[in-house]
Parts: sequence; structure tokens; C-alpha cells
Amino acid sequence: MLQNAFRGGARFWTLLALWALLIAVGTMAYASQLTQGLTVTGMSRDVSWGLYIAQFTFLVGVAASAVMVVLPYYLHNYKAFGRMVILGEFLAVSAVLMCMLFIFVDMGQPTRVLNVLLHPSPNSLMFWDFMVLLGYLVLNLVIGSVTIEAERKEAPPPRWVRPLIYLSIPWAVSIHTVTAFLYAGLGARPFWMTAILAPRFLASAFASGPSLLILLALLVRRFGAFDAGREAVRALGTIVTYAMAINLFFVAVELFTALYGGMPHHVHPFAYLFTGLEGHAALMPWTWAGQTLGVVCAVLLLVPALRRRDAVLALLCGGVIASLWIEKGLALVVTGFIPSPLGRITEYTPTAPELAITLGVYAVGGLMLTLLYTLVVNVRKRLQPA
Amino acid sequence: MGETRRDFLTGLGAAAVAGCGLPLFDPTRWLQASVAPGTAAAATQWAMVIDLELCRRDDVRRACMDACRREHNVPAIPDPDERIDWIWAEERQHVFPDLVHEHTAVEVREAPVLVLCNHCTKPPCVKVCPTGATWKRERDGIVMMDMHRCIGCRYCMAACPYGARSFNWRDPRPHVARDAEGKPVSDYPTRTAGVVEKCTFCAERIRAGREPACVEAVRAVPGAAGALTFGDVTDPGSPVSQLLRHEQTVARLVDLGTGPNVYYLVSRSPVAAAEGEGA
Amino acid sequence: MRDRTGIVLGLGAFLALAAFPVWHALGSDAERARPELERAVEGPACVEDTLFMTAHHQEVLNAWRTAVVRTGERTYVSTSGVEHEMSLTGTCMRCHADSQGFCERCHDYAGVTTRCWNCHVAPEGS
Repeated sequence: MLQNAFRGGARFWTLLALWALLIAVGTMAYASQLTQGLTVTGMSRDVSWGLYIAQFTFLVGVAASAVMVVLPYYLHNYKAFGRMVILGEFLAVSAVLMCMLFIFVDMGQPTRVLNVLLHPSPNSLMFWDFMVLLGYLVLNLVIGSVTIEAERKEAPPPRWVRPLIYLSIPWAVSIHTVTAFLYAGLGARPFWMTAILAPRFLASAFASGPSLLILLALLVRRFGAFDAGREAVRALGTIVTYAMAINLFFVAVELFTALYGGMPHHVHPFAYLFTGLEGHAALMPWTWAGQTLGVVCAVLLLVPALRRRDAVLALLCGGVIASLWIEKGLALVVTGFIPSPLGRITEYTPTAPELAITLGVYAVGGLMLTLLYTLVVNVRKRLQPA
Repeated sequence: MGETRRDFLTGLGAAAVAGCGLPLFDPTRWLQASVAPGTAAAATQWAMVIDLELCRRDDVRRACMDACRREHNVPAIPDPDERIDWIWAEERQHVFPDLVHEHTAVEVREAPVLVLCNHCTKPPCVKVCPTGATWKRERDGIVMMDMHRCIGCRYCMAACPYGARSFNWRDPRPHVARDAEGKPVSDYPTRTAGVVEKCTFCAERIRAGREPACVEAVRAVPGAAGALTFGDVTDPGSPVSQLLRHEQTVARLVDLGTGPNVYYLVSRSPVAAAEGEGA
Repeated sequence: MRDRTGIVLGLGAFLALAAFPVWHALGSDAERARPELERAVEGPACVEDTLFMTAHHQEVLNAWRTAVVRTGERTYVSTSGVEHEMSLTGTCMRCHADSQGFCERCHDYAGVTTRCWNCHVAPEGS
């Protein structure tokens, strides 16, 4: 069965070559990070987490969003998602793999990573994140491979995979809740310490993940002759619409609470994002661009006529992903450190090695996704009458 | 090879996963019995009281900051964004935002205050560490660092509300002060790139029955007796406990519930000052 | 199975290549030459006897590390009843002062990289 992952034409191999190139560049940059230390990044004593952890946060959301296809299909027999589910599960696998890689490249002593397992610390949310991410990866790999294998054999999947599928539903919610708790439990960081952080994470996850899934499904239909189904795409579009609306509402709630309440240590991080703080405004253009894009796309998505047209839907989904990537993959983590506990404002700009390593990790995920989706496409192709 | 290749790979994978359990068999456990019970001062919670007035003096601050840096081979990193400080000075308005207001005089709001790890009773950094590389020692209440175990995830730095922790973004060795022969000025292990460090209340000196380097250094500064007082806060007779009971003291960010064990003396009562208490 | 000959030949070639360091050095000069260790400076005996320390010094150091750093202990009682302060630089290196002439001789020979001196201050050089 695995040979199916490596069967493709010129376009397939070109894509693999592209991923390989990005991975090679990222690896070289990582080698420099290993020898010189994390000084090659733009992080500092005040902003001690940066692009890597921010990407991990964004991608956990994408990974969790698989539940948005799994739940309707397996729990509520929503047949339209029949061919979409495998795409969602394999997207989750690729996303979780990237999450774990981003955590790995962020560590100062990566060779000691197993200390988390050798010295379990249940008091630490990071320990639990490690556990649930590992579990979710294994879960989705098993579920995905068992179901695609069953499809290849044109037989129903074995009965024992059903409880695993049901388990993956709360597990998906848990991975993103645990990640939110990583941030929300810190009294030192008032920007993060809000009860709505976990709901915000889930809402933005269920908007960005399915958006990405729609784009991938459209790509696979265009280039792989694998049709996940028009109704499936449409249903996902509806999910993105509602999730995006809820996410915007949550952002508005946060803004009101902080700004109307007026307490300086709640106001300052938002001021830094939207207006700049004490002359520092590096994230201001990003914030306005991201939020505007998000609102525009959310409003346009409300129009069913627009959602029904694949080209428009793809564009709006791209906008949603960009907007939410700015919100979670750029603004959230860095702003938590501004201002610092001692009132200092240190801004953060990722360096070239940092960007190269980030792209390298994304390329690993892209490679994984390409191989898994090619597997699905080829299995389906062989099943179709010649 | 069809199905059998799958079985072979599955078996290999299972064996690899099982093999990961091997480190759990720890051969060093039997060595623990040979360790003698500690002879060092066994207290329950070490604490420090810093005199806010005295630490405004440059010579006081220099003495204790230099002593700490020397004692522990703390590197002097030229880039302020990558600095490593175990004890250093910040402006009062940033250390005690609740004690200053818009009408506070500039020289008061910008007065330097010595800050360091507070060795909290409920340390948030300990709560979040995924490997137990930082923890609160039961015997003496010191929030300790295990440099061998730290994976450099920097979660503790995000969790500390006092900004007390520093990360080694690069190899610290080139930035450690050297003596005439080019050796590091102290025998204390320098750290490597990739681990977090902070004040440890000079745990190795306490183990030998001495006081922290900063406290000892400040004693040598003329007229600065009592700038730093160190002792066991659970012992009602210790100088620290007496200061805390009789004088006006504050601590940082008390409302966060972390229970800091570093206190700041706001003022000495006239009677106590006259009697020269707190030496 | 198909390609049986090719697979067996390939596996055989791989094993031969992987075992190269072993069979190449068999009976050669390198095997007979044991590392020359700089003897310790005159002083009391080591913490434990030589054979034990050669085999278990890393475990002793690990136990000391746990006791000193994690528990706050200070004194180690050896099997002969002698008390020692548990310290790499303070106790071990007091006698085995030259890490290049002592530690590295065996570690070079065995091909095991020591990372102690990345942090711990070696008394002579580093």
C-alpha cells in the first residue's frame, strides 16, 4: 500500500523536490542554531518565545480542526463528508508532526527532550501538551491508515477502530484546550490570562483548519482527480463561516473587556497591537491588516451565493487563514511578552535562520501531506473502474 | 512481500517503542544509600530582606552584583537582549508599580532597587517546568535549578512574574570573567548554551554553612550593614523574622499569590534604627 | 521471497561494512596499546577502589549530582567509611587535576565524548 504514496507524475516529483530543497535549507540553518545556540534567532530575555512557538500554536489549531469533519461523519452519519474525512485526518497528522517539530527546534537542549518522559511533571501543562500531541498523532495515523486500507480493500474498516475514532473527537478538543491552558494559566502574562483564550483558540482553529482543508480539497480535485464532494466543501464553508463569526465575536469581547475596563496591564498589550506603545509599533500594520481581512472575509462568507462559488470560497478561505495566522501565528505569543514583567518593551523580529528553519519545518509537513494525500488519490484511482 | 513486510515493520516499530522503556531501569538507585544525611544548616525557608534606602547606594549595589557574578561565573553578555543577571537593579516604578503614582518625585520613582529570584512559596516557574529541572527544595525552600536536566524550553521564563530568569542564548564561556591565568574566576560550573539560570540563594554556600555571596559582600561596604539580611523565615528568632515582624516591609506582586520570600524594608522604626538592629 | 540472493548479499555487505572498526583493529597495534593515564597527585585514596571507579565512575557522579543538586546533601560515605565532599571540581579534580592527562586518555581511546567540561571548570586547561 505504501507504494501508492510515491506514485506520481512530473508535478508530484517537482513538488517533492521543492519540499526537499526547503528542508535542506532549514536543516543547514538548524545546524547553525545547534552550534551557536538560539542567539541566531530574534528572541531575547524579554521575548523568550517567538516564531517557533507561535507556529506550533497555530498548527495545533489546524490539527484539532479534523474533529469538524470526524464528528458529523462518524457521530451523526453526515454522509457528505465520506471522502473528506480521510483528508482531514491526514491534514491533522501533518499538522501535529509540524507542531512537535516546532517545539523541538525551539528547545535550547533538544537532545534532552526525553527528560519530559523520564521525569513526568503532571503539574506542567507542557508535559500534558507533549502527551496529548503524541497521542493525537498516533491516533490519527492509526485511524487514517486503517480507514484508507479498508477503502483499498473495499471493505468496511475493522470494528476496533470505531472507539478510536470516537476517542479522537474529545482528544482533538483537548489538544487545543491544553495548548490554550499553557498560556492562560500564567499570572505573569495578563494578555494571556483570560478565560476566553481556550474558546478563542477553538473558534479560530475551527475557522482556519477547515479553510485549509477546503483549499487542499480543491487542489486535490484539480490536480489529483480526487473529488471530496461538492456538498462536503460547501458544508465546510458553512462551518468556517460560523466559526469565523464566533471568533470575531470573541475578539470583540476581549477588546471590550480590556479597553472598557481600562486597567493598564490589560490595555497595554492591545495598545501595542493596535496603536503602538511608547513608540513601538512593529505589529501594528500586521494587526490592522489581519483584523480587517478577517472581518471582510467573515462578512463575505455570510453570503451563500459567494460561498457556493469555488473560486470565491477559495479566496475567502485564504483570507481567513492569513488573518488567523497573523492573529495566532504572529501576534498572540509575542504580545504576551510586551510589556515585560518589569515594564520594558522589547520588540521581536525573526531572523533569517529562524525563518529558514520555520520554512523547513513547514516543508516537512508539506512533504508528509503530499505523500499522504498522494496515497489517498492513488488508492482511489485504483478503485475506480478503468 | 505484501502483508509480511507490513508485519515486519509493525514488529520493528513495536520493538522500538518497547526499547524506549529501557532508561526506566536506573542502575544508580543503589548508590543513594551511601549518601550521608546533610550536615549543612537545615532550615525550612530561606528568605532575604533588602533595605530599599541602602540599595540606592551605588557602592552597595556594585558590591553585591559583582560578588554574585564572580562567585557563580555569571557571564557578562554585551548584548542587553541576551543579558544574564542573577541579581541586578531596576527602577522602583517597575519593581513596585503599586507604590508609585503620577505625583511621585522622579528621583523616587527612578530609584534603583535590587531584584533577584524571590524563591516563592508557590513558585509559578516550578508549576510549569515539564521536567522538574526547577523545583522547590523541601529542606531549605530554595527554588533550585538542575542544569543537567533543563531542556531549555523557557516555559519558566514565561511564567515568572518577576522577570528573574535568564536564558543562555549562546555559549557563556567566552563572556565569563577570567583570572590572570585565563581560568574562570570561580570554580562554580559555568553553564552551556540552551539552559535557563537564576539566583539559587547560593545553595552550595548554604550547604557549607556560609551566607550568600551578595550578603557577605555587602557586609564589607562601610556603613552598609543591614542592606541585605538573610535568614530562616520560619525561625522566629532569626534577624529576618525580627525585621519582618517589627519593621515596615513590602514584597513584590503579593496579590499574585506567589508568596515571595524576598522582602523589602521600606523604613526602619526610629527605636530599632537607634539600637542598630538588623546588622 | 523474491530476490533472496540480492537481499542476503546486500545484508552481508552491510554487516561487514558496519563491523569494519571491529575486525580491522583485531590484532593490530592499536588494540595492544592501552591508554597511559597521568597518575593522580599524591594524596589519600580515591573515593572507591580503582576497578570500581573505572566501571562505575559515571554512576557515582550521577548519584552525587542528584544528592547535591536535588536534595542538598553534601557528604558521601565511601564503602571504606571515609567521608568525602560530593564535588567533581572540589574532590575528584583535586587529585586528578589534569583532565587532559587523566580523563581524556581513556575517553579518547574509548571514543566517548565527555561533556563535563562544557560547564564544570577543569582545574588545568579545559
